[in-house]
Amino acid sequence: MLTYITRRILYSIPVLILSTFLSFVFISYAGNPTALLRQNPHFSAVTLRLMIHQQHLDKPVVVRYWYWVESVFTQKLGVSLQTFQPIWPDLVRTGGHTLQVIVISEVLALILGVAVGIFSAIRQYSFFDYTFTTISFLGFAMPTFWLALLLQILFVDIYLKWNVRIFYTSGLNNPGKGAWSIDRLQHIALPVMTLCIISFALYSRYMRASMLDVINTDYVRTARAKGMSEWHVIMRHVFRNALIPIATIAALNFGALLGGAIVTETVFSLDGIGYYFIQKLQNLDLYAVMGYLLITAIAIIVFNLIADILYGYLDPRIRYD
Amino acid sequence: MTEPSVPIGGQIPVEQGASAAPSVAPPGLTDATVEAGLEIKVRSQWDYARRRFLRHRLAMAGLIGLIILFGAGIFANYIAPYSFEQIDLNNILSPPTFAHNHFFGTDEIGRDYFSRVIYGIRTSEEVGVFVAVLSTFIGLVLGAIAGFYGGWIDNLLMRFTDLVLTLPFLAILLTAAALLGEGSQWRVSFILAVLFWTGTARVVRGIFLSLREKEYVEAAKAAGAGDMRIMFRHILPNTLGPVVVSGTLAVATAILIEAALSFLGFGIKPPTPSLGVLVAGGETNPQQWWLTVFPGLTIVLIVLCVNFVGDGLRDALDPTQRRVRA
Repeated sequence: MLTYITRRILYSIPVLILSTFLSFVFISYAGNPTALLRQNPHFSAVTLRLMIHQQHLDKPVVVRYWYWVESVFTQKLGVSLQTFQPIWPDLVRTGGHTLQVIVISEVLALILGVAVGIFSAIRQYSFFDYTFTTISFLGFAMPTFWLALLLQILFVDIYLKWNVRIFYTSGLNNPGKGAWSIDRLQHIALPVMTLCIISFALYSRYMRASMLDVINTDYVRTARAKGMSEWHVIMRHVFRNALIPIATIAALNFGALLGGAIVTETVFSLDGIGYYFIQKLQNLDLYAVMGYLLITAIAIIVFNLIADILYGYLDPRIRYD
Repeated sequence: MTEPSVPIGGQIPVEQGASAAPSVAPPGLTDATVEAGLEIKVRSQWDYARRRFLRHRLAMAGLIGLIILFGAGIFANYIAPYSFEQIDLNNILSPPTFAHNHFFGTDEIGRDYFSRVIYGIRTSEEVGVFVAVLSTFIGLVLGAIAGFYGGWIDNLLMRFTDLVLTLPFLAILLTAAALLGEGSQWRVSFILAVLFWTGTARVVRGIFLSLREKEYVEAAKAAGAGDMRIMFRHILPNTLGPVVVSGTLAVATAILIEAALSFLGFGIKPPTPSLGVLVAGGETNPQQWWLTVFPGLTIVLIVLCVNFVGDGLRDALDPTQRRVRA
């Protein structure tokens, strides 16, 4: 197992290098990287030239990439070309907000999705099953940004009509309120709801299919034949085995979401890591965008690995050499 | 050149007894059996597949819905009451009404949203179909080569698909769109297709890997068929089922992702009407619900229909599950 993990980690290093290099070249050629510096009214011609030199923007792309790699290790990803603030603290702050939102929404979606999946499978083709099948099909077909906008419109209307503030529709906090307050919950409720509905559609569907797979196996028939109560059959034999694929899907989904629910955060102007990325990308802020891409690529690779390890651990039939 | 005893291209050879079903009379169907009323109707695999599809109610509903929606997009010039940039200054931000044919209302400079949505469908279907066709084609060719020859081509391909799978997909797309964007739907479709083909390639490669050792391939080789002929005439038809399904579903995914890109401002840019751009127009006017609801609802309907058709095709083309008694 340890050799397997080591091999996977070693193998992901060239992947990271290649993907960051490609993105680096892409963004460098997407626009003039010195444009951001030239916009800054505080820079005289001399400072400008100095800055361009300091940020290695006068070097060829390949050399510049090398300097960037160096800065990843020595200066924690370097500084933003727009604000000259260090990138790392920004990523930590916005990443924390994203983490708060996606942990809450994923836990909710998992609990609801698994519960609904179980009942849909036990009562296959019932009214309950059809209702939630319809809901999850809608969930698959719905663009995230549209769902987010609908929720936003709904709660703006509620506020304007009856003057009650249930949930806020943008931002993160009112002034003077902390990260673990009712005020924060009111702010992140709508992004959480959006992500939760989308993920719920996925989990409930997979859970149902997985339950149905297990229900039709021989050992479940045996369990029933020896007179076990239906409750025990479902909870002990079916449910626990049906969870295996869900665990890996949840891990993969979580890794992908760590890159920030870019669309959702943008709609709700939530100070998350995805929103940070979009803003920096719009300005072609080379080093900030690269910092984000590196962090999220690592997150995805790590969670892919976790998903695979989890799968091998939960299902002893799978062996990694 | 003729090869005996190999399935004819265009069919899905599976279980025995149902595989060879050419248009000529099968052996055993002599005049005597016909006269005795013992004639059996010969159906090809495609007949079975078609029957299964036609009996799939959701898939048929999806197909009809798609024909209506995509038809509206194709004939947008004839259906839309206004052009997509025509300005009606007398009816600015008008709610949906039949009075001036503003069925979906108008935006802040009086453009008719019903017309804009219909032209938006046209853009979306262009993107969806283009991405599906191009990515399926690339995936088919590369998957076939990798699966058939193996070796370093296979290795390279699989490493590349790994690379695409381990990247933050939307982030890479956004970055690529920032570079190549320019707002034309063809550029956007091209970027999507380049990132989409890996799924198809994997599926095709898998099937090629398992089939290249089969006896009928050996037989074809013995009969003197070249690599190209074996690949495209003998093995490729077996991949058509899964490939058609993944191609269909790619239309839906492409439309959804294009809408998201355009919404964020990295995809198709105005004045080209795209459904994502239209929803973004609704975002700036949250009080005018119709500007958000109708374009979004259209996306949902298109994707829903495509998904239903895709599911129906999967049931119809996957010969391991035969539910229709025929």
